Amino acid sequence: MAFPANQPVSREQAKVMNRFDITKRMVVLLRHEEAVVGGIGYTNFDLWAAERRPQNFYMLGSMGLAVPIGMGVALAQPHRKVIALEGDGSILMQLGSLATVAARGQKNLTVVIMDNGAYQITGGQKTLTEEGADIVAIARGCGLSQSVWAADESAFEELIALSLKEDGPWLIGCRIDSGKPVDTTERDPPRIKDQFMRGLGVKT
Amino acid sequence: MATDEAWHEIVAGVLKQQKVDLVTYVPDNVLRPLIELVHTDPFFTAFAVAREEEALGINAGAWMAGRRAILLMQTSGFATLPNALASLSVPFQIPSLMMVSERGTMGEFNIGQQLVARTMRPVLDTLLIEHHTLTRIDELAFILDRSITQAMATQAPCCFILSPLLTGGKVFAK
Repeated sequence: MAFPANQPVSREQAKVMNRFDITKRMVVLLRHEEAVVGGIGYTNFDLWAAERRPQNFYMLGSMGLAVPIGMGVALAQPHRKVIALEGDGSILMQLGSLATVAARGQKNLTVVIMDNGAYQITGGQKTLTEEGADIVAIARGCGLSQSVWAADESAFEELIALSLKEDGPWLIGCRIDSGKPVDTTERDPPRIKDQFMRGLGVKT
Repeated sequence: MATDEAWHEIVAGVLKQQKVDLVTYVPDNVLRPLIELVHTDPFFTAFAVAREEEALGINAGAWMAGRRAILLMQTSGFATLPNALASLSVPFQIPSLMMVSERGTMGEFNIGQQLVARTMRPVLDTLLIEHHTLTRIDELAFILDRSITQAMATQAPCCFILSPLLTGGKVFAK
């Protein structure tokens, strides 16, 4: 395990970045048909806006289940790297899933947390991360030893590249601003699922 | 049909035949023999999760990526699922297989279990989810096998309710 040298020890020390900007930076690094599961809300919208990859799954509802869905994909296709993109409000609903990922030692899974400290889509009410809950520290406490805050954009890119190369599970915490999402995901669940399954080679 | 096998052996046999090799669960006393069996058989990948909807998500992801899975839980666990069923399994047309050991009836001693059990079938009916209450060992393999085939073919969830008539249920411990 070789984390970037520039590693914040806590949420407060991490730079506040822009969601769409870092989502684009992440997508550019995906060159092997890696699967990406976008949690509900703006995390998902900006994934859709960044690039409509066939290996993207866009969750609509079922708040908190991006990590479990990503874990299921990772279990079924152990040779494919999988990224679960989740917001702070969402992961706070399903913290147990971090312990499950750790217990299974799911090597091909990376969890990316987009933490703006707010339920932005419902009007910006504070989440518990704004009150002091540190998702990276929680993840480490769950047994995810390769959990780290991205210090800035270049550290984020370095961490994504590292997680795509080395065994996980990984958790990358990202502090983000309250920028509006660039687009809105098309709300067509059977189509989303069908395209994802084709993107994963399950359907032809 | 041979009925010398115990219910949990029949269930494991049908799951194998149907290539359902991922078993996620929240533990339950009645399900214990089945859980123990799938842990000892290398065909299965079996593990417990922290909460039922987490398992529903794992199984959905696994199915979309080409692997069949089932979620085992008790009645009170099912009661935590309606949002995930209504926003993930049903609209995305995912054949979420569920097996619930039925508490709350035929000798229940816990009032909470008795009440929450009343919510299960109305939720399944409201969401138009196929469900079968398994009461007889001679019908077990047929119902499971045909219903799993149907769930996969129609991309629809299906719930199997294990009645105390089949399993003996959980009896009052003094």
